[in-house]
Amino acid sequence: MNKTNLFQSLWALLLIALVFLFGGMLFWSLYHIPEYSDGLSTMVTQHMPNSGVKSEVTAILLNFRGYDTLLEIAVLFAALLGAYRISPIRLDKSLVQSNPVILSLTQYLVPIIILVSGYILWLGGHAAGGAFQAGAVLASAGVLLVIVRPESLNLKHTIYLNFILIMGLLVFTLIAFLPILTGGTILEYPRKWAGTMILLIEAASTLSIGFTLMLLFAGGRPPAGDN
Amino acid sequence: MNLPFFYACFGILIFLIGLIGLAIKPNILKKLISLNVMGSGIFLVFVALAKRAGLSADPVPHAMVLTGLVVSVSATALGVILAIRVKQIYGKAELPEDSR
Amino acid sequence: MIAVFEILFDILLAIVILWLAIRTVYIDNMFESIMSFIGFGLFMSMAWLRLGSIDLALAEAALGSGISGALLLMAKKKLSGSVVVNNNHTESSDE
Repeated sequence: MNKTNLFQSLWALLLIALVFLFGGMLFWSLYHIPEYSDGLSTMVTQHMPNSGVKSEVTAILLNFRGYDTLLEIAVLFAALLGAYRISPIRLDKSLVQSNPVILSLTQYLVPIIILVSGYILWLGGHAAGGAFQAGAVLASAGVLLVIVRPESLNLKHTIYLNFILIMGLLVFTLIAFLPILTGGTILEYPRKWAGTMILLIEAASTLSIGFTLMLLFAGGRPPAGDN
Repeated sequence: MNLPFFYACFGILIFLIGLIGLAIKPNILKKLISLNVMGSGIFLVFVALAKRAGLSADPVPHAMVLTGLVVSVSATALGVILAIRVKQIYGKAELPEDSR
Repeated sequence: MIAVFEILFDILLAIVILWLAIRTVYIDNMFESIMSFIGFGLFMSMAWLRLGSIDLALAEAALGSGISGALLLMAKKKLSGSVVVNNNHTESSDE
């Protein structure tokens, strides 16, 4: 028993030493970073009139670095596919009978949350906001419904649910590959239509992200339903 | 030490706290939470270093960290589903005790 | 004068976030750990505001604190409970 204790304390000491060493290297590298650096902010400000929106972060997310956002929506979809393969959905008994307070609170909250989500989506064009924040707020409404009253969502594995889940990725890919028809590169929006295209992509992505996060919370594939 | 480097040091500290938690605790859910704490620390370092330009912060790291936040939440969700499945099969969601 | 308040605010925010992070990782009771994690997400949202990024503050409050917190609470409920392992032997994996 003494030898086991000694062994364990040696492991703990080795772990703490390694963490100190690693932290020391990180702090040392932080010390050598130059104190003033503009980064890419001047280049972004210079190209903002070409992007079609007035908010810098939205322009970077959907126009200048749109490829990253496309891959991110694909990653969310891949996580949902993984969840579909692992386990079926887990919907508890609904709280309607046992707790009427939370039912009436949900009835008031869910329409307001949907309205706020739409507003944040619209706001992304000229202020802070955008698709991911609006999708997260919509997912919170979905999580509330999954907890309180799951049967009102009517989650079944139908073509309508699949279409909503894939809509963000589909619209983004179509709009990204559209300039190939007119001889440009992918993700090169024409300047006149850039704002409209960004709003379209963001609207489709909001619905898609909201439903994906809600299904990831609920835990898997819904039961089979008739189309 | 001005504002960005203060937040960057503090982000590295949060990363190290999460790293020790990931290494020590045997519970799978605690490991997932420690991974999230580590991710938040890294994002803090990134965005703190973007504010070195003064009042007009560099917006490119903001967009990258937004992407990273969404990916980290989806990875946590998938990890939770896997942990629940592990518990259904093996009976508990912890790493086995050392049998030395 | 304003600069003194700014420095004080930053130091206080740093102390609170570090304390919440240590509390999240080291406390063995899962419920307290998840509550600390939700609080950590909200104070991290304030740190994003201090670093000048409103989009990140919105996203962290909604995703990092809201959705992630709800997910972990549901996971705690599903992962703790009695599971029958052998025939005459019930093992409970409560925290």
